Formats: sequence, structure tokens, C-alpha cells
Amino acid sequence: MKKYIDTGKKDTRSGFGEGLLQAGRANPNIIALTADLKGSLKMDAFAAEFPERFVQCGIAEANMVGVAAGLAIGGKIPFVGSFAEFVTGRVYDQIRQEVAYGNTNVKIASSHAGITLGEDGATHQTMEDVALMRALPGMVVLNPCDYNQTLQATLAAARYEGPVYLRFGRPAVPNFTDPDQPFEIGKAQVMNEGTDVTLIACGHTVWESLQAAEALEAQGISAEVLNFASIKPLDQETLIASARKTGAVVVAEEHNMAGGLGEAVAAVLARECPTPVVFVNGEDKFGQSGTPSALMAAYGLDAPHIAEAAKKAVGKK
Amino acid sequence: MAKTHEELKQMATQVRRDILRMVCMAKSGHPGGSMSSTDILTALYFNQMKHNPATWRRDGKGQDVFILSAGHMTPVYYSLLARTGYFPLTELSTFRQMGTRLQGHPSVRKDLPGIFQASGSLGQGLSAAAGIALAKKMDKDDNLVYCLCGDGESEEGQIWEAGMFAVHAGLDNLIAMTDWNGKQIDGPIDEVAGIGDLAAKWEAWGWKVIVADAHDFASIEQAFQLAKAGKGSGVPTMILFKSEMGHGVSFMAGTHKWHGAAPKPEQLEQALSELGETPLGDF
Repeated sequence: MKKYIDTGKKDTRSGFGEGLLQAGRANPNIIALTADLKGSLKMDAFAAEFPERFVQCGIAEANMVGVAAGLAIGGKIPFVGSFAEFVTGRVYDQIRQEVAYGNTNVKIASSHAGITLGEDGATHQTMEDVALMRALPGMVVLNPCDYNQTLQATLAAARYEGPVYLRFGRPAVPNFTDPDQPFEIGKAQVMNEGTDVTLIACGHTVWESLQAAEALEAQGISAEVLNFASIKPLDQETLIASARKTGAVVVAEEHNMAGGLGEAVAAVLARECPTPVVFVNGEDKFGQSGTPSALMAAYGLDAPHIAEAAKKAVGKK
Repeated sequence: MAKTHEELKQMATQVRRDILRMVCMAKSGHPGGSMSSTDILTALYFNQMKHNPATWRRDGKGQDVFILSAGHMTPVYYSLLARTGYFPLTELSTFRQMGTRLQGHPSVRKDLPGIFQASGSLGQGLSAAAGIALAKKMDKDDNLVYCLCGDGESEEGQIWEAGMFAVHAGLDNLIAMTDWNGKQIDGPIDEVAGIGDLAAKWEAWGWKVIVADAHDFASIEQAFQLAKAGKGSGVPTMILFKSEMGHGVSFMAGTHKWHGAAPKPEQLEQALSELGETPLGDF
């Protein structure tokens, strides 16, 4: 089993900030917009280096999405950044009409996603955003797992022609993927090969799944770990091949059941190769205040819960 | 070649005929606002806006851009796009039919020139127009961006977000227009959800405000000239066009009942005979 080393905890939003800066240096059409959350979105470096390409929109997300669509129509590549809830739920109709249906080259940079936003509590912790964005025809939905991958996913989003939803988080988490691995939209990464059960994850639950796989190995269970940072399009080929091999699947995500990666995976498996699936997610609940790690444990999203789910999945074979 | 006011009048009559025939054929659509904004948009498309169907591109580079924020006014929009050469006039008969390029509300497609952005869900077009205006500023493209909003649409909060943004960003290349006909689907605006004194509101927002008569070409063209003179001033312009819903046909004028209702064939006949034929010919 491949051992992943945490090279030092970093927040994925900083990976976005660095990716944005690099994309901005490579392409003069890259524009960054925010709704009074420049610092939270780690846009400071971009704004300092490219003040003429940084658009502060104030606390008016609906207008920000429309302005971004207009910039995209005018040939720019705008990244709109805010907290996940405020760039999805608050502006769903703007994204639907101006970005998805209008087919504008807008990138939605969605920070502080999920329960690990932490202490601010449920008003700010969206666990529904992936469902909203997945439902939109033509929208690419990405949820990279660490700093390095978020940086690469940001570069990939900048290169891609069309609407992209790029989801990342607030807390410092292990940084363990190859910094030089380019991000491929529509491809899953086999993080670890295994034969007894497939652990599927995205975002923060990828590290948790790798930890779970180590614990399972010690108990004689061989777990394959797949990183589905590209939630849409979904890499069906890798998914089906793994499910056929192991015959049992766990999907772990920092999102509610409805419309998340779990349902996306289950739909493919139901159609192509029916396989027992155990879901690790926020179920049908709102979050609450707490530290990110305490919340991940309380909502059953950490490595011990994923390992338990894996055993359940194996038992269903 | 700019059209005289007499020629514009004739064209506007023809456009109103198009609107009514399209909506009657489709048995649905929005004639009321289309007819209150017909004169404004006829002047804009034939005399005021710098555009060329042959070289049209969605990024709007090197030309003026028009965004229809009040997306339900597709009948007038499509008629003018066809009559200025973006697509064949005969295509107007496909409006709202299965498979048409001319969707009930504007849709962006690679094979359909003239339309820069989808609209219909209200309140959003002014933000997009502001974004295009900002892109033009960044690119030092000194062409203009026009945007038509409805007065009922101005009940949407996003219009006012965009209003603040455009002033903060200094978008003096943005000319917004409001079709101020005083009506919305459910009734007169003052009864449904009064929006008060739009001129005072936009002035308070920091815009240059021009009030004009939407059915007098001298007033319309003077308003556009004043608006264009705002370039370099650092502030965007709002032209408030005082208009009449359903203008041009006796039984449709001034009532909200024709916001989104199609005339029956006998009503169409009466409306067309009131408008009279023009040498331009029906589609």
C-alpha cells in the first residue's frame, strides 16, 4: 500500500489563492471577483499583483455573478469567490441563467465548503452545494483534496473553456498529493490499490479515507482508495473497474446525502454493476458550531467512521 | 444611413405588426412590454447603436452591445434583430415553436447571432451589462453597452446592487434604460408593489438620469444623445422612458392585461387594421 506523507498542514483555499496567482501570471484575461471576502478567499496576492484585474463587488453576490458573466461574455476568464453557501444557494438562479444556461466561461470559487467551516455554524456551512451545482446542465464540479491538488485544479479550471464549480475548504489539513501532478477534469485518481473494498472520496475525506485504509490493512482488509475530485464529469470507467474488482463500495463526502458524490456514484453502479454501497455523509442534517475536527467526528465523516463503513460494506457482499 | 423620424415611425408600426402576429401565431408571449418599448428599441437598433450583423461576435469587441434584461420582451427583440439583418424575417414565424432558435426568452446559441446573454429570470441583465462594460474598460474598447430593464423588474433587488456597482466602478460606457410603463403582470405597479419615484431613486444611486417620452422619436433620440455625452463623466446613465403598455392598439393600450396574453385571430385583425399596413411588409 502506498504511504502518503503529510508534508505540512495547509488550507485548500490557499491552494486556490496560489493557483489563481499562477493562472493570472500565465493569462492576462484571468479576473478575480469577490463579495467582501478577499482575505478569506486568499485573493490578496492576486489583488496586489494585478489590481486592475481584481474586482471587489462588495456584499452583493447576485450582482457579482452577473458581472462575472458579463466579463466572460467580453472575453475574460472570471473567478468569483465567496463562501460556498453564498456562491451557490444564494445565487443559484443567477448561476443557472447567467453562467450555466448562458454558457459563460465563469469559474465559481467556493471556499469554506462543508461542515469544516467550523465555528460560524450552520448558516455558513453548506452541505448542499454540490447537489445544486451537479444539477445544472454542463456545469463541471470539482472538489480537490488538499493544497497541492486545489492549486492544480485551479489551473485546470482556468484552462477549461466553460463553467466550473471549484469547491474547497477553510481549515488547515494534511497536504500529501504530488505538487507537480496536473489536474485532469473527468479523471479519478487511484490513490491506493486494494481488493476487498473501494473507498471513494473527495475533498477533505480523501485523507480520512487513506487513514481508514491503513487501519483496515492492519485488520486484514485490503482497501482501494479513489479520489473523485472531479465529481462531474464522473470517471465512470475507473469507478466501474474498481467496483467490479472489490465488490463493495464506501462513498465518503463532506456533503449531505441528497445530490452528492454518493448519489452520483450509486447511480452509475445501479446502472452498470450493482454493488453494495455504504454512505458516509452528513445525511439530512444541518451543521453546528464547533472545531472542524470535532465536527468531522461528530457527523461521522472521519477515518474511524469510514473504516467502520468499509467493514459494513464488506459484510454486504 | 440614419432613418428620419418618419421612417422610424413606419418601422415601429411594422415591428408592432410583427409582435402581434408572432404572439398570435405562438398563442403565447408578451406583447404589452414589447409594444411599450418598440419605439425605443427601433431608434436604438436603426439609429443609435453601433452594430453590424455581418461581423457580430458574442464578445462584443469593436461594437456596441445590447442586453435585454427584461427577457420576456422577445417579440420586439426578435423582430428588430430580423429587421436589422441578424436572421431571416421568415424565421419570426417559428417564435416559441418546438425546435426554434427563437425561444420564449432569449437563449444564447452558437448559431444565433445578435444575442449576447440569456435572460428572462428578472433583475439579472443589468449586472451582465455592467460586466461587459467593465470588460470594455479593461480592453480600452470605447464602445457602449446598452441595457433595457422593465419597471416591474426594478422590484428585484439585484437591479439596485448593479446600480451601486456601476457607479462604484465608474461605468460611464453603460447606458441603461427603463421601460416605465407602470404595469406588471398582476396589475398597475402602484397597486402591486409601488416602486416610487424612479428618477429620484436612480439619482440618489449616483446615476445620471434622463427622463424621456418613449413614444416620441425626437425625445428618444435626444435622450440617447444626452446619454452618449456622458462618456468620460465617470458615471453611468439611466434613461427612464415614460411609456404606455400595449402602445399603438386601442384595446391593448394602458392595461396590464396584455402583459403576457396573446390576441385571438379576430383581435389580431382589429389590431392590424388599427396599425395599418406599411410598405416594409409583414414577415
